[in-house]
Amino acid sequence: MTVAVLALQGAFIEHEHVLEELGVKTVELRQAADLDQPYDGLILPGGESTVQGKLLRELKMFDPLKKQIADGMPVLGTCAGLILLGSPEHFGTIPMQVKRNAYGRQLGSFHTKAEFKDLGLVPMSFIRAPYVESVSDGVEILSVVDDHIVGVRYGNQVAIAFHPELDSDRKIHQMFLDMIS
Amino acid sequence: MSTAEQYELNKNLAQMLKGGVIMDVTTPEQAKIAEEAGACAVMALERIPADIRAAGGVSRMSDPQMIRGIQEAVSIPVMAKCRIGHFVEAQLLEAIEIDYIDESEVLSPADDVYHIDKHQFKVPFVCGAKDLGEALRRISEGASMIRTKGEPGTGDVVQAVRHMRKINSQIAKVVSLREDELFEAAKELQVPYDLVVYVHNNGKLPVVNFAAGGVATPADAALMMQLGAEGVFVGSGIFKSGNPAKRAAAIVKAVTNYTDAKLIAELSAGLGEAMVGINEQEIALLMAERGK
Repeated sequence: MTVAVLALQGAFIEHEHVLEELGVKTVELRQAADLDQPYDGLILPGGESTVQGKLLRELKMFDPLKKQIADGMPVLGTCAGLILLGSPEHFGTIPMQVKRNAYGRQLGSFHTKAEFKDLGLVPMSFIRAPYVESVSDGVEILSVVDDHIVGVRYGNQVAIAFHPELDSDRKIHQMFLDMIS
Repeated sequence: MSTAEQYELNKNLAQMLKGGVIMDVTTPEQAKIAEEAGACAVMALERIPADIRAAGGVSRMSDPQMIRGIQEAVSIPVMAKCRIGHFVEAQLLEAIEIDYIDESEVLSPADDVYHIDKHQFKVPFVCGAKDLGEALRRISEGASMIRTKGEPGTGDVVQAVRHMRKINSQIAKVVSLREDELFEAAKELQVPYDLVVYVHNNGKLPVVNFAAGGVATPADAALMMQLGAEGVFVGSGIFKSGNPAKRAAAIVKAVTNYTDAKLIAELSAGLGEAMVGINEQEIALLMAERGK
């Protein structure tokens, strides 16, 4: 199994380390030519969504990646990745309303443990994080923290507002790998 | 939340900035240009380093009103500088909820002995370092991100290169030591033993390390990335150049694809004038020598 990690900006190497630890081969997507490699799943990492969104377009990766996701490629978006999946100005492939920087500036960042559907308690680091304000029909809610939606699934797409790649718990990545295989 | 947890979150924010470009801006308009060009954060300051150097005199923290204007103009993280050792300036920056404080040698040092005890703050700090000893001392004081010092405001990348190479070669040396030699290494570097052990075991700093100082072209930025920087600060290089928006966007792309020479050649074509710059030997004041 090979998983591609969008490597334009942000915490992509952390995801690669987790995947390698779980015995999965990774490839980095930095420009359009990288999309021609074969891979079975895609991770959209944390970082700045404005930067990633702009580079996706300017490096001509936006349309092909959007098509891959729409055609059923399993995808996991974390933090900025959730914004890319949920926001109409980016991929917008999950019908939901996303609020950026929903917890304010860095002083609002926090760490907690909360329930995640089928996984039990999961450690969660929220870094200048977004949350999901509302979802349309068909979007399954996977986790709620302080009355805010922080994890959803819509078919082949999972989007979460926190950073599983920053904690040592591997349940989220394992769940994603189970989705692929 | 515990202090240790807060420190983790602050190191984590730096991780989110990796592979990105942090740009110096002096007005909300410049901040918007930087954000649209793909900056992953902006550094709000009244005068960019080249102008600080030209103006001379004492250089201090920026007006909070000016910083707020920039916070309101953009959605990306906003950083600001305080003077080395000036913990009250840092308190003010924390009070206006800055995302990152740069305890910076670019401003006039307020204390020629002590740096700020950064453990007393919730807001994260980035500090400059020109060798491994400085980097680990700043980390032991609570810095959650490190950058090279370079020589700000010159457009001359030579010092940033020197600092990055020095830090990397010192890290390689620590990795190669026997475990019973680490105590002596801690003594030589004048840093806590446990940080030396971390470097020995991991082959890297315990926090993110960016390049800063003198970066003026997409090739400069890619050079620093190839030398091992995890991201780049660009100060005077953008808004002292002929076409800031175009140059800023080109540097952002060069950092993402820092090994693709063909792409960087395309990005470097027709960028207009780079900042004029001054050579290291032509300047009287070496800011990098402030705060060891």
